[in-house]
Amino acid sequence: MMRWLGLPLALIGSVGCATGGAAPPAAGPEAAAAAEAEDEVAPYPSTYRPLPSQPTLIRNATVMTAAGPTLEGASVLLQDGRIVAVGTGLAAPAGAVVVDATGKWVTPGLIDTHSHLGVYSAPGSEALSDGNEATQPNTAEVWAEHSVWPQDPQFPLALAGGVTTMQILPGSANLFGGRSVTLKNVPRRTVQAMKFPGAPYGLKMACGENPKRVYGSRNQFPSTRMGNFAGYRKAWIDAVEYRDKWRRWREGDRDAEKMPKRDLELETLAGVLDGDILLHQHCYRADEMAYVLDMAAEFGYRVSSFHHGVEAYKVRDLLAAHEVCANLWADWWGFKIEAYDGISENIALVEEAGGCAIVHSDSAEGIQRLNQEAAKSLRAGIAAGIAVDRDDAIRWITANPARALGILDHTGTLEPGKMADLVIWSGDPFSVYSKPDQVYVDGAVAFDRFDPARQPKTDFELGLPAKEVAW
Amino acid sequence: MVRSSTQRGLAAMALAGALALPAAAETVAIVGATVHPVSGPRLDNATVVISDGRVAAVGVGARVPAGARVIDGAGKVVTPGLLDSFTRLGVVEIGAVAGTRDYATQDDRITAAFNVVDAINPFSSLLAVTRVEGITRAVVAPAPGASLISGQGALIDLGAEPAPDLAGMVHKNPVAMFAVLGESGAQKAGGARGAAILRLKEALEDARDFAANRRAWQTGDRRDYALSRLDLEALLPVVEGEVPLAIHVDRAADILATLRLAREYDVILVLLGAADGWMVAEQIAAEAVPVVVNPMQNLPTFDNLGATLENAARLHRAGVTVAFASFDAHNARNLKQAAGNAVAYGMPWEEALRAMTATPAKLWGIADRYGRLQVGMDADLVVWSGDPFEPLTSVEHVFVEGREVPMRTRQTELLERYRTLDEALPPAYRN
Repeated sequence: MMRWLGLPLALIGSVGCATGGAAPPAAGPEAAAAAEAEDEVAPYPSTYRPLPSQPTLIRNATVMTAAGPTLEGASVLLQDGRIVAVGTGLAAPAGAVVVDATGKWVTPGLIDTHSHLGVYSAPGSEALSDGNEATQPNTAEVWAEHSVWPQDPQFPLALAGGVTTMQILPGSANLFGGRSVTLKNVPRRTVQAMKFPGAPYGLKMACGENPKRVYGSRNQFPSTRMGNFAGYRKAWIDAVEYRDKWRRWREGDRDAEKMPKRDLELETLAGVLDGDILLHQHCYRADEMAYVLDMAAEFGYRVSSFHHGVEAYKVRDLLAAHEVCANLWADWWGFKIEAYDGISENIALVEEAGGCAIVHSDSAEGIQRLNQEAAKSLRAGIAAGIAVDRDDAIRWITANPARALGILDHTGTLEPGKMADLVIWSGDPFSVYSKPDQVYVDGAVAFDRFDPARQPKTDFELGLPAKEVAW
Repeated sequence: MVRSSTQRGLAAMALAGALALPAAAETVAIVGATVHPVSGPRLDNATVVISDGRVAAVGVGARVPAGARVIDGAGKVVTPGLLDSFTRLGVVEIGAVAGTRDYATQDDRITAAFNVVDAINPFSSLLAVTRVEGITRAVVAPAPGASLISGQGALIDLGAEPAPDLAGMVHKNPVAMFAVLGESGAQKAGGARGAAILRLKEALEDARDFAANRRAWQTGDRRDYALSRLDLEALLPVVEGEVPLAIHVDRAADILATLRLAREYDVILVLLGAADGWMVAEQIAAEAVPVVVNPMQNLPTFDNLGATLENAARLHRAGVTVAFASFDAHNARNLKQAAGNAVAYGMPWEEALRAMTATPAKLWGIADRYGRLQVGMDADLVVWSGDPFEPLTSVEHVFVEGREVPMRTRQTELLERYRTLDEALPPAYRN
């Protein structure tokens, strides 16, 4: 039987491996038994199982590994859900499926660090609006996964765009929006069966206009940016105290009578303080990002990444020095004052400064075309004489997002030993005319543009008019 | 005197606009380019000459006039400047700042009479941001406010020198009367689609009656109308067939209802959105009604369960006249990307270009001046580094009515200011 001993402890057991260099925990019965023995099983564990796959050799493609230069006429060998080899002159093992990818391009599966699929599902109604618990400014206690609807028809659209992994975040109405979840983009009946095994949780925080507008318009706290910061700091003070209280108890005699009461909100914040939960902060303005970094120093935690960051270019030196990833749009700007200074060179400038640049979508439309968004950013950078190239641009939608989500050791590049998450493109992925022909998740064909049997359809789509066919 | 923040804001915008003054019209020859004149097939290694604001010559081996500025077009692609058939350019500066939004009114006595032109800000930073990406003309459309009749839109020229009186900027006004049906219309009509149709019919009937009995109405000898006098007057050119009625509607059944309404009231109809249009493409084609679509609209809602990336291609194949629109403001510049996606999903390339040039020129009634690279037409043209629909292609030159517009925007100013982070002097002392 599973006993519960408090989340801060449990998290160390459940997600520590994802931030380290080890492989994700085997999700088999042995692993479950081992975890149970240690009483350290996190709740709602991933029950993800890869789709059935066969050993596969994808041959004679242009391969962008996101871990080095583009390889021409190269092959990728997949076996047991993993990448076994990448290079030229690879032979197909006996019984392997050989895919002739002559004229095609292969990239890692795309990763979107900022998605609300499943929490703002199509067909878009109030009943499916589950992304913002906008009833109090600190809802660190909510978990996005409890809102995700696996039948959101936007998941297969993202898959058809080559997206194999997504971080689903709560919205930005609150100072502390809640916990994110990282999902593999495979159609399953439950959210747990989509959860990326071993991926750390994230915490969504929000700067600036949104929280102060949402609560200020109700004449509630916070209504100003200084109110926002006071709200963050009060919560971190409580979190430090909570973390210490549990630490003392765990390091003491562990008297069950004296075990502190769990607090869902503070558990998540304590997870950030302990480094187990990655902090993703929605922040547009340069000056606010600088303050957020100071606040992290004040309380002793790390900011993993800023999201939206339309002014990241103004503090790109600071972001690089703090090794904070910047999750950015190619060209969104002007929809509110804090987005007024958006420029198309933002991503390229962050890259040039040695930062961790990421193209994110925050959009059910944009997630279908992350490759085109990266291409626009690349073009803007090159046109401005910024030192960026195509191999950088592929990392903006693969390796760098994997790094921001703490899963780079498992996916995000085409390197032996990693999950075989990849896309075979009909052509250059930075061309508007190229489309994913096949999308592999853990070595299995999760989407095939030419095989209706490999075009997943959610329950919602049954009985609807016919959609895309292969062109 | 202390200036208000609004005044300071306007001054800042005026400055941004002033930085982008177009050069005077001159004689220019673009030589050796791949030219897509739209009026005919692609020309390789061709020359385009522009003079006095007009296209003076297009062709392989066209003579370069003495004294012309020559642009080497080798490896470049030339097309007409693009037209976005539905934007909010000039009537919003910052989406979330209500004071900068002028595209809708909640006043139910000003519906059809509402005209976006009265609010277009010629110094809006969005205009330059859009035109340096190759979009030289745009329909500026109102949004529904209190009524399902949104009001009148205008077609603007993005290259005009910014002048407070909009001189040279408004190409056609009104370009259309805008309205919504379907789910949006229902929301404005008590909550049901059927009521929205009735409200629109009522408005058209009142306008017809008003046209025929204006004097009697003025002396109180005619029935009351549901619309205000201003709205009725604004609808006259619609019921008289002089101004098209552009109706945003997505669901297939709503599109058919809209086609019936247009036939019954004999108005010139333009369908906007039409996400489910492909499902009733033959009926739309039979009525010869043009459709303005966003080719990237494919997320299903209960108002458009058939939305697909293939909509534009399927409509075209059925013989429907298709134009493209971004339905955006700040990123209207992504119209080209939308066109590329339409091509990726089956639209012939030449037709995608036509959907942003000659086709909207015709449907908005400006084909006499714009839309094709033909002798005598306004010299709106773009020199691209390659295929204009490709995201890796850059815009190299933009001409609007023969004037080359500078490739400067508020955003290029920001880029210059922050190109280096050398702290010897803070950025505020740069450019």
